[in-house]
Amino acid sequence: MTRYIIRRILWTLILMVAVSVMTFVIFYVLPSADPAQLRAGRHASPQQIEEIRHKYHLDRPLLDQLWFYFQGIVTRGDFGISYVNDQPVAKLVFSRLPATISVAIGAAVLWLVSGIAIGIISAVRRHSRLDRTTMSLALVGISAPVYWLGLVALYLFANDIGLIPILGGSGSYRPITVDPLGWLNSMILPWIVLAIAFAAFYSRLLRGTLIEVMGEDYIRTARAKGLPERTVVMHHGVRAAITPIVTAFGLDLGALLGGAVLVEIVFNIPGIGRLAYDAILHSDLFLIQGTVLLAAFFVIVANLVVDVVYAYLDPRVRYE
Amino acid sequence: MSTGTLLEEAFDSDAMGRPEVVAARTPSQRFWRRFRQDRVALASLGFIVFLILVAVFAPVVVAIAGTPGPNTIDSNLLNSFGMPTGPSLEHPFGVDGLGRDVLSRTVYGARTSLEISILATLIATFVGVILGMAAGFFGGWVDTIVSRSVDVMLAFPVFLLALGLASGCSLGNGCAGGLIQPGISTVVAVIALVSWTYPARLIRGQVLSLKQKEFVDASRSLGASNTRIIFREILPNLVVPIIVYASLMIPTNILLEAALSFLGAGVPAPTASWGAMISDATSIFETAWWYMLFPGVAIVLTALAFNLVGDGLTDAMNPRASD
Repeated sequence: MTRYIIRRILWTLILMVAVSVMTFVIFYVLPSADPAQLRAGRHASPQQIEEIRHKYHLDRPLLDQLWFYFQGIVTRGDFGISYVNDQPVAKLVFSRLPATISVAIGAAVLWLVSGIAIGIISAVRRHSRLDRTTMSLALVGISAPVYWLGLVALYLFANDIGLIPILGGSGSYRPITVDPLGWLNSMILPWIVLAIAFAAFYSRLLRGTLIEVMGEDYIRTARAKGLPERTVVMHHGVRAAITPIVTAFGLDLGALLGGAVLVEIVFNIPGIGRLAYDAILHSDLFLIQGTVLLAAFFVIVANLVVDVVYAYLDPRVRYE
Repeated sequence: MSTGTLLEEAFDSDAMGRPEVVAARTPSQRFWRRFRQDRVALASLGFIVFLILVAVFAPVVVAIAGTPGPNTIDSNLLNSFGMPTGPSLEHPFGVDGLGRDVLSRTVYGARTSLEISILATLIATFVGVILGMAAGFFGGWVDTIVSRSVDVMLAFPVFLLALGLASGCSLGNGCAGGLIQPGISTVVAVIALVSWTYPARLIRGQVLSLKQKEFVDASRSLGASNTRIIFREILPNLVVPIIVYASLMIPTNILLEAALSFLGAGVPAPTASWGAMISDATSIFETAWWYMLFPGVAIVLTALAFNLVGDGLTDAMNPRASD
């Protein structure tokens, strides 16, 4: 197990380097503006631009720049400077993290609970009216763009423009440390909107696997032993059928923690997603790098956690 | 989950309910037979054909509807505050912030959406199948390169990658040495680039299990070459999973195209695109609800139809999982 974990951590590092090199290439080879000029501002003299180019090593070859970037991270924990905001990238990213975590965790709890509940009920009451209704709605949920659902939700329920003004609207985000009630009020619509598509996907996934599992021989054995149906479904069925859900959940949550771009834009939430989006619009290279690295980090860590949880859920899985 | 359903299933089978002459059918014949019995999927397929016709004959559709062209700007259609006017007899879906007809733009938006999502799916599936087959069949360093590239792609945040590529390639002469020009081909390339990994992984897994099968050994012992085994023995067994998977990628790519357009990285204006229409509507939707509503409904219906067909194909491939 120790060897396995060491290998995974090494692989994580290699992946992170690969992702940053790729980011460098994409945003360096195809830049939409000169980074030095962006950093210098609108009224800079050619001389000032040259100075900045030199100071941030922008006059050096790509490989040197990459080297300086990694050197800064490893020796000083320095992820570079955002040209546009004139602030260290690490500081900017950390200041935006709470908003994204709020969106992601709240929505995740919502979609996990509702998705699993609907999935189990639909599988057990297969072909019932409830099953058919929820599964049809789930397919609609999967087919709807999240930003459009967000706008519809705002149009209906936002307390500034909504027809039934009961919940915080766009731009109403408050940090939980400053105003917990305001935070909750501003988060409810984004949570619901974000959770819809995921809950739809999870309920379909769980229904499918659970139906398959319930046809297995050991389920018949459990029933033959005289176990109550509830125990058979929950302990023998769901426990085996939950593994694909665990995989999907880890990856989805990891991806969301790296920034829920669409939802953050529609609800005007100052999170990582919007930070990255603005960084790309302004070709703010180090900030793009920082946000991409953070997003990749979450995805990779989520993968690792998923594999460990797998071993716990399924005793047959052993890591060499 | 009681014995009732088991009995139902038993009586429902062809052998019990409808005795018929047993004919030898290939797995793919059985696949299409089952699919043709799925009414919801067939109706959805009909809707998709209708949509494709609407997209192809967009000028005719707009002429029949009697609405102006998708890029006709008419400021007379804005009210005295400069806000667009809502649905009326002349403009059933209302007009947008520039006074363009929303119905016409929604119809032309179908072109953008279908063209990009279908093309991107075809390219991604082709690339994914080739790489997945190579990785699964040859193993070794080929597998290492393909699988590790997939890992890197999956760790990369899709939207940021797509946005970066789309904004980089949509300037001047495009990118990749002029191969990818600004416009539709940029969006197609971006979507294909972020979506080939899924079919690649799926096909790799399928090939790994197929190449252990006896019929492959038999073919090899008869002296068949690798090329022959790949294309004559393994590929025919992958046709159905490839069709099913591609059919489920199209709705995903419809949503991805719309999201890219929403973020300003889709086809350039003034080409009509549903995602870009919703993005434009964001600043005025509290009054001009029609501008937000109709393109959104168009996306949902289109993606839903493709998802229903994909579901039907999945059930036909794997009848026991569905029921």
